[in-house]
Amino acid sequence: MLEACGVASAEELFSHLPDEVRLKRPLDLPAGISEYEIVQYFRDCGAASAAGYTGFLGAGVYAHYRPVLVDTVVSRGEYLTSYTPYQAEISQGTLTTIFEFQSMICQLTGMDVANASMYDGSTAVPEAAMMAARATGRGGVLVARSVHPEYREVLATYARYQGMPLAEFGYHPETGALDLEDLERQINDLTAAVIIQSPNFFGVVDQVRAAAEIAHRRGALLIVVFTEAVSLGILEPSAAADIVAGELQSFAISPSYGGPFAGIIATREKFIRQMPGRLVGETKDSRGNRAFCLTLSTREQHIRREKATSNICTNQALIALMATVFMTVYGKQGLRELAEQNLAKAHYLAGKLPLRFSGPFFNEFVARVEDPDGLNKALLKKKIIGGLPLGRFYPELKDAMLLCATEMAPRKEMDVLAEVFSSAGVPSRLVFS
Amino acid sequence: MSIQKVRAHISQNEALLFERSSPGKRGYQLPGLDVPPVDPAAALGAENVRVEIEGFPEVSEVEAIRHFTRLSTWNYAIDYGMYPLGSCTMKYNPRVNELVARTEGLAWAHPYQPEALSQGAMEVMARLEAALLEITGMDAVTLQPAAGAHGELTGILLVRACLEKRGNPRKKILIPDSAHGTNPATAAIAGYAVENIRSSERGTLDLAALEQAVTEEVAALMVTNPNTLGVFEENIARVSELLHRKGAMLYMDGANMNALVGITRPGDFGVDVMHLNLHKTFSTPHGGGGPGGGPVAVKKVLEPFLPVPRLKRAGKKWTWNYKRPDSIGRVRAFYGNFGVLVRALAYILAHGGEGLRNATLDAVLNANYLRKKLEPYFDLPYPLPNMHEVVFSDDRQSRRGVRTGDIAKRLIDYGFHPYTVSFPLIVHGALMIEPTETEGKLELDQFADALVSIAAEVESDPDLVKSAPHSTRTSRVDEVTAARRPVVRWKPASTGSQAAG
Repeated sequence: MLEACGVASAEELFSHLPDEVRLKRPLDLPAGISEYEIVQYFRDCGAASAAGYTGFLGAGVYAHYRPVLVDTVVSRGEYLTSYTPYQAEISQGTLTTIFEFQSMICQLTGMDVANASMYDGSTAVPEAAMMAARATGRGGVLVARSVHPEYREVLATYARYQGMPLAEFGYHPETGALDLEDLERQINDLTAAVIIQSPNFFGVVDQVRAAAEIAHRRGALLIVVFTEAVSLGILEPSAAADIVAGELQSFAISPSYGGPFAGIIATREKFIRQMPGRLVGETKDSRGNRAFCLTLSTREQHIRREKATSNICTNQALIALMATVFMTVYGKQGLRELAEQNLAKAHYLAGKLPLRFSGPFFNEFVARVEDPDGLNKALLKKKIIGGLPLGRFYPELKDAMLLCATEMAPRKEMDVLAEVFSSAGVPSRLVFS
Repeated sequence: MSIQKVRAHISQNEALLFERSSPGKRGYQLPGLDVPPVDPAAALGAENVRVEIEGFPEVSEVEAIRHFTRLSTWNYAIDYGMYPLGSCTMKYNPRVNELVARTEGLAWAHPYQPEALSQGAMEVMARLEAALLEITGMDAVTLQPAAGAHGELTGILLVRACLEKRGNPRKKILIPDSAHGTNPATAAIAGYAVENIRSSERGTLDLAALEQAVTEEVAALMVTNPNTLGVFEENIARVSELLHRKGAMLYMDGANMNALVGITRPGDFGVDVMHLNLHKTFSTPHGGGGPGGGPVAVKKVLEPFLPVPRLKRAGKKWTWNYKRPDSIGRVRAFYGNFGVLVRALAYILAHGGEGLRNATLDAVLNANYLRKKLEPYFDLPYPLPNMHEVVFSDDRQSRRGVRTGDIAKRLIDYGFHPYTVSFPLIVHGALMIEPTETEGKLELDQFADALVSIAAEVESDPDLVKSAPHSTRTSRVDEVTAARRPVVRWKPASTGSQAAG
């Protein structure tokens, strides 16, 4: 090959690089290691971790069982080692599963159309906000404080540089649901989108219809965010929403220290051309057989460049496939039953603890505790990772922690957690629950 | 016809999940509930409880696995063969990376678990940061961005924040006409106007044109190096000086970093900020379109603006630092696509410094070898020394009415994935070929033979090429109708009848 190229060594192929830009020493990295040593290294890293603990953290990342079939499917090289399906004739596997994914997301959310996935829930939110701005011709965004705090931080980053006025409205101090009066006060005729989350960050199933009514009366769109996709197995979808932006981590996607996850954007038919990201559509091949392909790509960056609806290119196809397999394995009946188990577990645990909010909840809730950090320390001694102290995000909730119990929460550890709670000397159970 | 016979095979006619469903079928097992059941209507309010998920699949476990396995056979993949997509760097995805990403203590780490119990995960991130800094020659790196385009956005926001702090964010981003579409889309999302810069006749940055364009209004130039022709921008250091003189910055799109690792470092040729694509240079799988990873590396001057949180060493422990007043804020929840970071680090550990450099040499040698073999048959519009990829045009073939897209489809019949079609835009009818270091001489020869054979077919039987592919389950797909009347979800009436029986 060197001879064919007319060089004596591969280095010669770089001889046109200016001398001053060349690295004249070897990279200062350790020598390569074998497969066995790589496995050992990461096993050691994994050991310096929370393996062996039982956790009650939720807050946007949930511990759900991952059916074996999920990894069986996504480990197939045909899915794992293929590229974005631009060449439709040899990508029908990926394209068909994405079409099924889009369809199932529509069924779950009650929307007309869904895209092929976003990076995650947090980035789906600003993309949805920009979409609303395009659709309404307005710029303002009003977001509930009960939306995941890190999602709001991401939204703030995007909004700041888009010149998109962003304001927050509050939650009801007793129920934990939206403060609708505050929403009424702050919404105006420049508001493009009202963004709420349900179940919200406190776990409370929120008042989607009431928020939609207020938003629509002022000509704004309602964006409904979800972080706990399993809740869709039991909760009535937000038919009043204009855009649903969510996170599918609960659908067999490992917590993996925060990623990779998969976000979605679903919406009504009339906004389809405002959507960001890839979409798969049905068509026919030249022999008349059903086929699928990427479609409406004139919205996208590789065609429209600076006029695109978003700069997103790579999305989360393989992670979306995990969610697709999960939805298939559980199916209509299983997702409902799974959701009911989550409901039962969380209510069992909540029944033993003093609750901060009175609103209805699915598998997460806020408990009152004088010293959340001290309590968590006591729990760690029992190999239990407690809840998320809320003072970090909400100064007014320093005496509260967010707890989650999924189908994986063992009754024994829930009992231990409740015991530690009561011995920590928290006020006895409050009236709302 | 033989094709119909193939198509009639059961695995080739798998119906959609919804068409395979029968009421009551199930593929899951849940353990018995060890706590009292709760009445959903009582707990959530009857109005909040859904009746059912209409249309949701109902299949057995074996039906599920056959479904996804059958569909998988309709895909091409690196595991089947060469995937020479230019600018996409479709290299082998080592399987050990998949294994280690599933290590229990890492895969089940919750982002809010105590730092004391996350030291292993944080060590992985710290070690990857250090390796990427050595490879790029930059001063600091964030692993938060989820993909290349997300990294671009992060990088341009960093520039914006820095310039804002100096008093003026400026108005424009300069982008060469050979750039990826994500570059202008990113600039627009970051609130900048885009000014396209024409490439020189040689297909590289035009210094004279740049000199004109770089004014006090320019925030940055976004440049891909090597550029999308696979050519190293030899004036890059001068371009950087020119920008810096006017207070502007140099952004490098690291999509083509596979041509540089171990040979030259962006930090040493004047780049202020750049992103890397872990799913290109560092072998993490593309997965049919993601997930990716788009770390952004910067020079010191931009470090204060990096997204929160930042990894910080506190004594013997790693900790997350959120107290960074000049930060642009978060670009993503949590810390990044951690599972992708694990895979990228595994790739770096396996190769070591010397192995990474050898991969670069092989990638560039492979591209040059293909160029030599194909140059007699295809037009090479920019005959400069190329690095990891080579871009031909369909100039000769289009005289017979055959375009690059047709040649690409015909390649499928020879068992190869097509190259990148019609990009970069500065080449009319481009064939953009990137073999990567993965391929050996045998595959390269077979690939070159296939293209030479197609070039002959273009002369002898152009229609054969124009109607390709002929050997696939799905023949040429009607993308126009798909866009004109979008059907983007399954509905019982519209598609049920089309399932092949």
